[in-house]
This record gives sequence, structure tokens and C-alpha cells, in this order.
Amino acid sequence: MSILVIAEHDNASINGATLNTVSAAKAIGGDIAVLVAGEGCGAAAEAAAKIDGVSKVLVADNAAYGHQLAENVALLVAELGKDYGYILAPATTNGKNTLPRAAALLDVAQISEIISVESADTFKRPIYAGNVIATVQSSDAIKVITVRATAFDAAAAEGGSAAVEAVASAHDAGKSSFEKEELAKSDRPDLTAADIVVSGGRGMQNGDNFSMLYSLADKLGAAVGASRAAVDAGFVPNDMQVGQTGKIVAPGLYIAVGISGAIQHLAGMKDSKVIVAINKDEDAPIFQVADYGLVADLFDALPELESAI
Amino acid sequence: MKVLVAVKRVVDYNVKVRPKSDGTDVDLNNVKMAINPFCEIAVEEAVRLKEKGVATEIIAVSIGPKVAQEQIRTALALGADRGILVETEEDVQPLGIAKVLKAVVDKEQPQLVIMGKQAIDGDNNQTGQMLAALTGMAQGTFASEVAVDGDSVAVTREIDGGLQTVKLALPAVVTTDLRLNEPRYASLPNIMKAKKKPLDTLTPDELGIDVTPRVKTLKVEPPAERQAGIKVADVAELVEKLKNEAKVI
Ligand SMILES: Cc1cc2nc3c(=O)[nH]c(=O)nc-3n(C[C@H](O)[C@H](O)[C@H](O)COP(=O)(O)OP(=O)(O)OC[C@H]3O[C@@H](n4cnc5c(N)ncnc54)[C@H](O)[C@@H]3O)c2cc1C
Ligand SMILES: Nc1ncnc2c1ncn2[C@@H]1O[C@H](COP(=O)(O)O)[C@@H](O)[C@H]1O
Repeated sequence: MSILVIAEHDNASINGATLNTVSAAKAIGGDIAVLVAGEGCGAAAEAAAKIDGVSKVLVADNAAYGHQLAENVALLVAELGKDYGYILAPATTNGKNTLPRAAALLDVAQISEIISVESADTFKRPIYAGNVIATVQSSDAIKVITVRATAFDAAAAEGGSAAVEAVASAHDAGKSSFEKEELAKSDRPDLTAADIVVSGGRGMQNGDNFSMLYSLADKLGAAVGASRAAVDAGFVPNDMQVGQTGKIVAPGLYIAVGISGAIQHLAGMKDSKVIVAINKDEDAPIFQVADYGLVADLFDALPELESAI
Repeated sequence: MKVLVAVKRVVDYNVKVRPKSDGTDVDLNNVKMAINPFCEIAVEEAVRLKEKGVATEIIAVSIGPKVAQEQIRTALALGADRGILVETEEDVQPLGIAKVLKAVVDKEQPQLVIMGKQAIDGDNNQTGQMLAALTGMAQGTFASEVAVDGDSVAVTREIDGGLQTVKLALPAVVTTDLRLNEPRYASLPNIMKAKKKPLDTLTPDELGIDVTPRVKTLKVEPPAERQAGIKVADVAELVEKLKNEAKVI
């Protein structure tokens, strides 16, 4: 069975989550094609062609796909996807936006955020904020799936030499248009790809105090995340939220500072390899998942920690 | 304009759900049920649109068992005008829900459909996008701001990189994210009033919709447990452990 992977990209390069999605496709087995839909996305297509295990890259380079509007891209995915047995996309906000729309156009179900491939039609996925793992079996002819990147190793970005084919179809549904974007700029590593993540919660008290986390992160080469409470309170922007309804991270080291450890937060970070919690409340639930817990006032512990490493 | 909101009955977000010991299903015996938090935000947004004079009527729809009436009543108490329960004992999956909602949309012809981005039980994050596909409507998912302007709506979306604003032709589907608004509490008088608001009941059959699941759950199990960790005495011990034991810094 052939597999179509929808690439996540910024026209110039391929987003890392695409590499994990290719690994999920390899676990299913079969010819892997990657679709790069965008505008001026030739460089991203070239990069996709080098991914290990990819046999073909389809490039749909058209203004209609420039901002990844779901109304347009889903039409393209449904058109191309009907010839495949599987359509996979990373479970990024972009994949989550477009793929269910394409699945409905094809009249098939979507299986969201798989964490393992059990067989050609059977997959595991977390439900109830990760408190339960469900094994699900699909009876659809085309299996439409989003992939939780942290559950699959990244395929090698180099080594492949897939054929690149242009796709002419330009679907413009004419229902939506892009207005503007405010993207967070940061020199720190990407939250979902970083080896170390330092996250702050309501205990940080305000946005200014997050500078303590930023300077610790810079010393560790880490990314900075946050709990929902910290985002809701306006300490930091929404793209930093880790959790059931935010980003899923699984770094080698996760340091939770002033975070209580609600199930919705744990859902986004409990697969981290080593978890450190710093909290002044010794009964905070975060300590139940922490490998190393430090009961302390964060305003004492953070400066000490930064100078000790 | 008419606004349709879809509300799902789910386990309360504070409940830590566990699988049954035989692994056939999750154990929902005697657990507290509630309106899905993202659906509550959807209702609140619709009510605010009505208070601004943009919305004229708010219809709350739920698909589920008879007891899902409770969640529709909650929506009515928060300010929805009438409710529709599409009653079924079947565990309907997102594509089936989207098809039922499309049938309701065809009947009611709303200009705006507001839904949650995600139901916190199945964590699917699909239904709004699927309804938009089936009806051919534009979609504004993960909304943190919604501004209706004549025959279009500007939706600011929470995306991985930050915020994105798109303009959608109406009718459209909007799905809510956490920062869209902070839902109000229903007052006692409004809870009483809600009991008298109209609530129609339909079935998927009456709507001519086949809700047979395409995906079968073979088993459910708890996630891998983490090994219990230790408490360190101070920052010095923490750093020592991270360097020499965990070897992560
Ligand atoms: C539908 C829904 C979705 C959600 N999605 C998410 C999600 O994706 N991600 C998420 O994180 N949450 C999510 N939540 C929210 C979640 O339930 C919690 O409310 C949230 O995680 C709490 O954030 P917090 O731990 O920062 O705040 P709190 O629970 O208030 O904890 C603050 C902690 O800081 C500690 N503290 C305070 N001062 C200090 C100090 N000086 N030194 C040391 N420690 C200190 C306190 O002891 C406390 O443990 C969601 C909730 C709902 C209903
Ligand atoms: N049974 C249901 N009844 C009414 N609305 C639903 C139902 N299931 C899903 N929805 C709507 O779809 C949204 C997303 O759900 P899901 O795609 O299951 O994560 C929910 O927040 C609801 O607005």
C-alpha cells in the first residue's frame, strides 16, 4: 500500500515533525510519497526529496497554498490522496487543521495522534489526556492519520534521492483569505524539538520573572515552555503552552518550575526522559512524575541553579 | 444571524479516567459528567455575539444519550435560546457527528457554527473541520478572537508558531481555543429559566444519517507508569544528580 505524507514546511525548509511522520509511514510499510504544498516551495521540496525512505515528492506550488489555508489544501489532499492507502500528517496545528477536512471530503475517519503502529490497520493513541491508551482498528479503505512526533524517531533528513514531480492542480475554494500572522521569534531551540525544556507556571507570578527561565535556558541550550495558567495570565504567548491541548514535548530533560502538575499539563510532558520539578509545595502532584524533585522557593532555587551549571 | 453551537457531554476535566480492568473500555461508572470545556467557551462566545446584537438566535445541539439533555440545559442556562438533542446510545465518532451536524445545519441554516476545538475525552480535534468540509464552509480553528463584520468573520487562530488571522466568508465554522473567552457561571434564575426553553429531540435515523463507526477500539490500557523519583535536598544535589546520575547536563 502506498502512503502519502503531508509535509509541514515554511516553503524554504522541512519542519522536523515531518521526519517523525515519515518514520511512522515506514513502520506501516510501503512506498512513501511526500506532498509539499505551498507557494515558492521549491527549496522545501528539494529538502523533502533527501529524506531517507521517501520515493517520490509531489510539489504543488501555487498561491492558493501559500498560507496553508485548510479550505484549499484539503481539496488538494483529497484529490491526490484517493490514490493512496494512507494519508499521514504530523499532529501540528497545521496538520490538525487540514487533515480532518481532507478525511471528511474522502468520507473516511481520521485517527488522531497515533503513538504506535501495531499492524497495517491497527494503531495506538492516547485518549483522556493520556490517562488511557487505546488500540484502534480502522476499516476505511484510505486510512487518514495524524502522528504524534514525539512517539517516533526522526527519519534521516539526508540520504534519500526521491524524484520530484510537479502537481498542477490549483484548488482555490475562494472562501477564506490570509490576513496576518504574528510569529514568535526566538533564537532558542524549537520547543517540540529541544533536548532540554525549562517550563514555568503560575508560580512565576508574572511575565518579567520568566527572564529567570530564559537565562537558565540559554545556559542549558534549552527551549522555554509554560503551563496553561501562565499563558492565560498573559505571562507568555500561547505558542509556549505544553499540555493536552497545547504542545506535546518529550525532551531528554524537562524542568518544571512553579507548575502544580495538573493532568492536562502532564499529558504534554510526561514522556520526557528525565523530569525535574521545582515547587514550594511538597504535595504538588508534579512530584509524582518527577525523577528529581526539589521542594524550594523558585526565586531562591533558580538563581542558584543557574550559577551552579 | 443564527448561531449554532455544538456541545458534547464528557467526563469532567478534573476526573482522572482509568481503563476497566478487562481492558474493554474506560471506567465511567459514577464519574462526574460535564459540558466539554471548549464547548462551554463556544456557548459563551455565541452569547457574547448575541449581547453585541450580532447574533439573533443561539441553538445548542448535542449528539448523545438522553442524559446529554443536561449539557444542553447548561448551554440554555448560559444564554442559548433553544436546544436540539440528537439522541443515540451509539458512541458516534467525529465523522458521524459531523454528518449529523450537517443535517442540522441544512435544516437550521445558521450563519455561524461554533464548536470546541477538541473534546477532552477522545482528544480527536476533528469534528469542526469535518463539518466545515461536508457543508463546504470555511473554517477558523483554534480561535482566540472572533470578529464578525458583515458577511465575513475574522478569526485569530492559536497556531504552533504564534497567532494567525484569517478572514472567512459566512457561513463558517469556528472552533474555540482556551483564550477565546472566560465562560460565565449560570445564575440560579437563568438555570430555572433554562428549564422552560424549548428542547427538541431527533434521532440520527430521522435525519437519515448512518453513524456506524469506522474505527473499532480493540482495547484500552493505562499508559506506562513512570518509576517513582526522589526528592533532592538542595540545588547542589540536584545539579550533581543531573550531571553524574542522569547525565543530562
Ligand atoms: C480543557 C482544559 C485544557 C487544559 N489544557 C492545558 C494544557 O494544555 N496545559 C496546561 O498546562 N494546562 C492545561 N489546563 C489547565 C490545568 O488544568 C491547570 O489549571 C494548569 O496546568 C495549572 O497551571 P500551573 O501548574 O502553572 O498553576 P497552578 O496549578 O496554580 O500551580 C502553581 C504552582 O506553583 C507553585 N508555586 C507558587 N509559588 C511558588 C514559588 N515561589 N516557588 C515554587 N513554587 C511555587 C505552587 O505550589 C503550585 O504548585 C487545561 C484545563 C482545561 C480545563
Ligand atoms: N457528541 C457530540 N455532540 C455535540 N457536539 C460534539 C459531539 N462530539 C463532538 N462535538 C463537537 O466537536 C468538537 C470537537 O470534538 P472532537 O473532534 O471529538 O475532539 C466538540 O468540542 C464539540 O463542539
